[in-house]
Amino acid sequence: MNSVPISHILFVSTALFCIGMFGLFTRRNMITMLMSVELMLNSVNINFVAFNKYLYPGKLDGIFFTIFIITIAAAEAAVAIAIIINLYRSHQSIDVEDATEMKF
Amino acid sequence: MNTSAIIFYLISAFILGMGILAVTTRKIFRSAIWLLFSLVGIAALYFWMQVEFIAAVQIVVYVGGIVVLIIFSIFLTQQSGKEMPKAPAKRTVSAVLAALFGLGFIYHLIREYTFNNGSGEKFQAGVADIGSQMLSTTEHGFLLPFEVVSVLLLAAMVGCIVIAMKNKGTQPVTDQTKEA
Repeated sequence: MNSVPISHILFVSTALFCIGMFGLFTRRNMITMLMSVELMLNSVNINFVAFNKYLYPGKLDGIFFTIFIITIAAAEAAVAIAIIINLYRSHQSIDVEDATEMKF
Repeated sequence: MNTSAIIFYLISAFILGMGILAVTTRKIFRSAIWLLFSLVGIAALYFWMQVEFIAAVQIVVYVGGIVVLIIFSIFLTQQSGKEMPKAPAKRTVSAVLAALFGLGFIYHLIREYTFNNGSGEKFQAGVADIGSQMLSTTEHGFLLPFEVVSVLLLAAMVGCIVIAMKNKGTQPVTDQTKEA
């Protein structure tokens, strides 16, 4: 367990965050953008648990942050998918380039 | 390097590989499946860190809930066998550069920073410890955020139903109204 330093776990979560960021920048489909956001949220969760376990093992605050982030991510995914389905109904497409009514 | 470290590096390689496939494949259904594998790998990482409760929540909420929801919405809105259009090369290159710059910058920060060794106490994250702290009303309890999150979930549920409800009065936007 202690053979892996905390910086390696942080590096994995950073790499996962950058993968999510890359996906968010390149994709133009709303569902795949939502999937990239989920990857980024998960990388943050790994960070919270690793900090809790390695630096403050007597407390549980990082675990609670992770639980609340997972809950809010579930609510966010549900609302986002409701919006996506509504957008598909009115535009027949979920590409962000096609929804330009409010574009300046 | 002992067994635990080898397992950690295997899990990390699995998570990152599946994540890269999820954001680069051009078939949307495959992308969802790679995301599912990546989330299972993250649950395995939680098991490796001995936080079994978070790992179980990860599997139940993400793998069992969110990915299934995403797959449902793919089937409702897309032809899942069709390939998505390729991103323009300029956008891909700039996204790669931004991601690599962020990765290098944060890697440098992590490597330079010296973390303290922790308080040396034993890490206990059993379900009983988590539950009693979450519902305690004392100074370090999490009862108020728990209640706020429950109200938020209710609001999200009502909001989803209102947004996705079929409104019989309005017509879908046709091409003529789009032009105007």
